[in-house]
Amino acid sequence: MSKAEILGNIRRGLKRGEATQDQKQAVANRINKHARNLVPQRAQLPHEQQVALFIEMATEAAAQIYQLESINDVPKTCASWLQDHQIDTLVTASDEAITSLDWSSATDLACVQRVAEIGDAASLTTSFAGIAETGTLMLHSGATSPTTLNFLPDNHFVILKRSDIVGPYEDVWQKLRETTKGDLPRTVNMITGPSRSADIEQTLQMGAHGPKDLIILLIND
Amino acid sequence: MQITSPAFKENARIALHDAGLQKALGNLKEGFPVKRSTAVARMPEFEQLRDEGTALKNHILENLDIYLEQFEANVIKNGGHVHWCRTPEDACKKILDICKEVDAKTVTKGKSMVSEEINLNDYLEKNGVEPIETDLGEYILQLRGDHPSHIIAPAIHLNLEDVSEIFHEKHKRPKSSDPKVLMQEAREMLREKFAGADVGITGANFLVAETGSSIIVTNEGNGDLTQTLPKTHIVVTSIEKVVPTLEDMTLFLRLLARSATGQEFTVYNTLSTGPRRAGDQDGPENFHVVLVDNGRSEMVGSEFQEMLRCIRCSACMNHCPVYGAVGGHSYGWVYPGPMGSVLTPQMIGIEEAGLLPNASTFCGKCESVCPVRIPLPKLMRHWREDEFSKHLSPKAVRWGIGGWAFFAKRPTLYRLLSISSNLFLRVMAGKKGHIKKIPLAGGWTDGRDMPAPRGKTFMSQYKSRKQS
Repeated sequence: MSKAEILGNIRRGLKRGEATQDQKQAVANRINKHARNLVPQRAQLPHEQQVALFIEMATEAAAQIYQLESINDVPKTCASWLQDHQIDTLVTASDEAITSLDWSSATDLACVQRVAEIGDAASLTTSFAGIAETGTLMLHSGATSPTTLNFLPDNHFVILKRSDIVGPYEDVWQKLRETTKGDLPRTVNMITGPSRSADIEQTLQMGAHGPKDLIILLIND
Repeated sequence: MQITSPAFKENARIALHDAGLQKALGNLKEGFPVKRSTAVARMPEFEQLRDEGTALKNHILENLDIYLEQFEANVIKNGGHVHWCRTPEDACKKILDICKEVDAKTVTKGKSMVSEEINLNDYLEKNGVEPIETDLGEYILQLRGDHPSHIIAPAIHLNLEDVSEIFHEKHKRPKSSDPKVLMQEAREMLREKFAGADVGITGANFLVAETGSSIIVTNEGNGDLTQTLPKTHIVVTSIEKVVPTLEDMTLFLRLLARSATGQEFTVYNTLSTGPRRAGDQDGPENFHVVLVDNGRSEMVGSEFQEMLRCIRCSACMNHCPVYGAVGGHSYGWVYPGPMGSVLTPQMIGIEEAGLLPNASTFCGKCESVCPVRIPLPKLMRHWREDEFSKHLSPKAVRWGIGGWAFFAKRPTLYRLLSISSNLFLRVMAGKKGHIKKIPLAGGWTDGRDMPAPRGKTFMSQYKSRKQS
């Protein structure tokens, strides 16, 4: 009932009845084209410069970045950071890039694959892409990548391959559509730096409800 | 919440003498406007983005019914539900029904102005469901029994001391005046609430027709915990938020953060599409979108249609000299500042909200910073006309305007009057050049001095220039 009234009001305002087949088709065509609006020049760069821009912008947003020669350097980098911060447990996602890591060098660190729980101090996930324009990570939910890992733990490590860095946001939508065949995962997160709030006297404080530290492990692949 | 818009003048008078409020508002001037202008300067294409955003919103509004039905079809395709609600009561009732279906005791909430608009918290509380605000600003306000005075910085009217006091009282912890400690306290207090809630309610910044997704934009991460941990996620939002594609959403995201907080990008931009998928280890099992109308559909095709372009960035109020002087609560309802002065009369009636579109200097700053170029002064003028034609404006105003019209239509008389009042004011001002008090104009001169007219009248300057 409400739906008919709301749509009726809108159509009355537009001085027409229900849209014609042609009007609906025009809208469907517009949607299916996925046309880009103006894309700022900033991120339309050769790939090497996109990587540099990503690092610059993510750093500006207060993310920490470690550039690693190989994904095999992830365990020792995490272990050393966590040791410095007196954290002994790392909760991880379960995608292959993470399950195939060799943690034997990190003897004092317990790694567990599960969703995040209250009280977790640190998590490790992979990412789908990095967006140079604003130093933004894209992650999405899936059987091996629970969303809680991105928000509940105090510290979040994210593996990002250099080859997964794109320029503007538009490139990542294209990549996401290709990978998921148009069916979006339940949750798609764009993350730019650690959690923060300026709700007390307009003064920025880091670490509101999400991770207080966002550590990007940038892999040279 | 109780509507106090009819008492705007009294609200404003009290606000101007409230030292705490004036101190808090002082933070606004050097905050958002400065950050916005820095961010805009870093984006050379910003003006073009505004043009495209304006045109795109116009296109959406011309096809609003088609996009909304497309959005609904895709939400359903992904296993979610859409509920169309004409009135705030319909929306509250629908949300309560969903809560009852899952036998909800507590509900966590991300920041949502639409939920303020429909007065959701009161309704849930009265019906035995406890709503818990999780945005830091909203959480502070809920503890105080207060309500937002700004659409993106809800507690902007408070000072550190206010937060410190209420946390000490409610958390029963030692009093602290360190914002970092206070934020940590809120973080700890809310952790268990996030996990224990049966339903999570968020708003939406945009709805994507192409995918049936809703997106929230936050810096804290509270919205994400709200919508990920409970079994049911309800999105409460309004019909004008729909956009065609992810690319179109991107255009507005580029405008939103820069116009709002002056950030390059907000920390968390999160798309939700349906409930959790087979194999997902977390995420909600139920996904509902409650689409609120509340007068918006009637704005389509009206002189106020352009207001539906609004993306709720708050730039208009951040730059408004009236908002900056009296704060958001003076406006007496949910939406303050210039955008509120246009929306509020639509939602609660011009009879109640007539003073709001009059509380403007028409300086035009709001329109000049609006990312989707809403002609806010023009729309406020439409409300003034509406108010006048319905004979709602006070007698003194009507007589004043009538008197002015009498002279304005008689140029010789008008000139005589302007020359004589010019002389009169100069004599009154004497050597000081300004007047402390004018009879019958105390409302104007109580707060400031009136400068005496200087130089010749417009007509005499015009004549002498024409001759030369």
